[in-house]
Amino acid sequence: MSHVAVEVRDALKVYQSPGGGTVTAVDHVSLAIADGEFFALLGPSGCGKSTLLRMLAGFERPTAGEILIHGRVMGATPPYQRPVNMVFQSYALFPHLTVRQNVAFGLEMARRPAAEIRARVDEALAMVRLPDVADRKPGQLSGGQQQRVALARALVNRPEVLLLDEPLGALDLKLRKEMQLELKALQKQVGITFVYVTHDQEEALSMSDRIAVMDRGRLLQVDAPAVVYERPTCRFVADFIGEANFLEGTVTALGADFGTVAVDGADLALAGLPQGGLTVGQRVTYSVRPEKILARTAPPAPAPAVNCVPAEVEDVAYIGSDTRIVVRVGPRLALSVWEQNDLSTLDPDAYFSRGERVWLTWRAANALLLGA
Amino acid sequence: MTDARHAPGRGLRLYALLAYAYLYGPIAILVVYSFNQSKFGVAWTGFTLEWYAALWDDRFVREAARNTLIVAAASTALSTVIGTAAAVGLQRYRFPARRLTEASLYVPVVIPEVVMGIAMLAFFAQAFAWLNDALGFGWRLGLATITIAHVAFSVPFVTLTVRARLAGFDRRLEEAAMDLGADEWRTFTRVTLPLILPGVVAGALLAFTLSLDDYIITLFTAGPGSTTLPLRVYAMLRQAVTPKVNALSTLWVAVVFAALLLAQWVGRPPRAVAA
Amino acid sequence: MLQTIRERDDLKGLLLVGPIAFWLGLFLLVPLALMVVVSFADRGTYGDVVYRFSLDNYRALAAPEYARILGRSVEVAFWTTAMCMAAGYPLAYFIALSPPRRRWLLLFLVLVPFWTNFLIRIYAWMIILRSKGVLAAFLGAVGLLPGPAEAWFARIQLYTPGAVLVGMVYEFLPFMVLPLYASLEKLDLSLLDAAADLGARPWRAFARVTLPLSLPGIVAGSVLVFVPAMGMFVVPDLMGGAQTVLIGNLVNNQFLKARDWPLGAAASMVMLVLTLGVTLLYTRVFGSGEELVA
Repeated sequence: MSHVAVEVRDALKVYQSPGGGTVTAVDHVSLAIADGEFFALLGPSGCGKSTLLRMLAGFERPTAGEILIHGRVMGATPPYQRPVNMVFQSYALFPHLTVRQNVAFGLEMARRPAAEIRARVDEALAMVRLPDVADRKPGQLSGGQQQRVALARALVNRPEVLLLDEPLGALDLKLRKEMQLELKALQKQVGITFVYVTHDQEEALSMSDRIAVMDRGRLLQVDAPAVVYERPTCRFVADFIGEANFLEGTVTALGADFGTVAVDGADLALAGLPQGGLTVGQRVTYSVRPEKILARTAPPAPAPAVNCVPAEVEDVAYIGSDTRIVVRVGPRLALSVWEQNDLSTLDPDAYFSRGERVWLTWRAANALLLGA
Repeated sequence: MTDARHAPGRGLRLYALLAYAYLYGPIAILVVYSFNQSKFGVAWTGFTLEWYAALWDDRFVREAARNTLIVAAASTALSTVIGTAAAVGLQRYRFPARRLTEASLYVPVVIPEVVMGIAMLAFFAQAFAWLNDALGFGWRLGLATITIAHVAFSVPFVTLTVRARLAGFDRRLEEAAMDLGADEWRTFTRVTLPLILPGVVAGALLAFTLSLDDYIITLFTAGPGSTTLPLRVYAMLRQAVTPKVNALSTLWVAVVFAALLLAQWVGRPPRAVAA
Repeated sequence: MLQTIRERDDLKGLLLVGPIAFWLGLFLLVPLALMVVVSFADRGTYGDVVYRFSLDNYRALAAPEYARILGRSVEVAFWTTAMCMAAGYPLAYFIALSPPRRRWLLLFLVLVPFWTNFLIRIYAWMIILRSKGVLAAFLGAVGLLPGPAEAWFARIQLYTPGAVLVGMVYEFLPFMVLPLYASLEKLDLSLLDAAADLGARPWRAFARVTLPLSLPGIVAGSVLVFVPAMGMFVVPDLMGGAQTVLIGNLVNNQFLKARDWPLGAAASMVMLVLTLGVTLLYTRVFGSGEELVA
């Protein structure tokens, strides 16, 4: 098991709430993170991802369950004796120390010789491309620079696992995109396991090897980004990552790897049935993502075998790259559809308009059945 | 609240000018007269340093000054340590009797000094009577009792000052230190203490000045041979008027000014840290 | 598990707070409790305290001459508070309206005189208000004394009740300015703009917006002035002459001169109940009800 960097075994964290009740922040979570993996903990605020991270760091002790780092049970090991380091949300740089002193802090605590500290701090600052600000105080740096110092301060200790708590949350959008790429490259370079907490699904998708999606303390799905997006195992995951249409319906036909669901009078098809006994007549949620639906102003010819639905455009939003439209299929059935804008025309007739008649098509393989 | 349109009007500015004149006029008069040759009159009769020389020759003043400094230094040291520890404890931890401790911090604010003074006098007299009887001690009022009393009324101010500083403290900085391998003691000395130091220094200066300034409680807790400067000044005021008091006052004001400038320099706020 | 973590914190908290609790408990709360006990005790023949329950001390304090002293003390403390408020409010308002960079200096300048010893401040006023002092010399030089200023000067010259009030106001003014400034500084000026926008003239805006919002400062400042003014005996001692005996002087005399500790303790209890009562009443009435003023 030497290639498992972090193992969480049935971790539970219960807080006493001020009112006297209890709040379960982390609800029996188990997971294993491989050595060298870029692992994201994704979920809305309050889902328990930060608490889980803080348990890895040693700031919180699990109410029950165990945490192992490279096979060693952490138990009551205090933060200062754990082989992990953390990049804090809004950085927590020591305002009274210079950048160099900040980065050197961990090595000084480990009582490394002065010459080694000097060399390693220089190396770390070079790695985050900040060699010239060593003698400044954190307050004199920009947000992006502070972010890099925080990174250098953690990485200089060569931790076995680097914990990152929404490290890019305080940066503006453009800088955040830049830093995402840089962080990813840095992780490949140093080869350290990264555990990365974020509520930004795009960030998680673009950077991680695997994503763990959490909600209300529970771990819902742990998979590679494409799997999490294309094969969500529950409605929450499908909804939280990307957008999806959810249609309540009844199973009308079942084949080996093919089925149909009646939704509001229309028979919708899907391929790739979930495991487990589905029966005809069962109530299910049928899901299809808006960008996977094609909308055309004329009926397709020849008509496809499945999933060709006439509809009326109810609302149109032009957002530059796409046009996002809401179409009505039946009295209780409306779908969100995204059409890429592949024409550079200003002609208003080239886009969809309200009240227009459209035909929607999508492939059966692009639809999913979800549990509640 | 700042805004050019709401800048103080002319009437208010004139008032403020008069108010500052009122605050500083009496002190300026003291200082000026400390250099006046005339012993009794109001008229200026010439510049002299004679009163300063007379002050220096006054054995009682020198001894009182020494006592004052001993008491102030000792009570400041004790107040600062006890008060800072209490501020950290009250800010960070819950424990039994926390409310009561917190409430007792406000006792010196809401109880007139004279009441505290007589209460301490009665307490020390009673306690010493018993202890000296029972154990054969020879304890009596003196510099030690003054110091104990000064700590009792100044330590809450240290705690409240340090606590105000701790209230704005980002706990993540301590977590960061621990994450980087600092145990709790080193986290305190390397991160917490340097960051709350302005509050601690301000608290210490407050305690020091309160001790220097105190007359009332000192009056009740002093014994023979432990006369402090305020007690001495009071005695001088009750006796004949002498410009020696002006000279002493001027020196005092000068020392306070210097101390405040120093405090201002030490306690200057650290550069703001973004986010 | 939760329980053990909490207990560890309990221990740390107690270790940190123990010393102050010990100190304040033993040297402040126990003595005050002792004072309560002594106030119900008897005076022995040689000025010692005989611990025998009696209400004699409180009965003695009901005598008209003591009641007069008490009344005068409340009166002086009240006027000191009122005058500090009248003088301090505009000053605090001025500082709060000044540009932020200058504000700190202006506040600092209010505090500096306060840091000089309070006996020195009294002494400064003694040499100003003496019958042949600085003020008399100044009034003489401008031809008002002898002349129109005579009656006015007679009311505030040294060793009169007026002089006591002058000295008290000078002593306690910073206690008023500081909390007033603290609450005025927080005032959001856009509220005044909003009031103006809604048709309030500056004075109305002040009365309906600024004043109610500065109430916490008014309450805190009043308490901080009233409490020490009630107990003050040094100013009346040095500036008031024989006519101005306040309750502080009474307590002081019983303890250090007459050596009737039980009577002094009872007088101090009356003073304490009075100050705490006024403080409590004041904070109750004004502290929680901003609407009372609006």
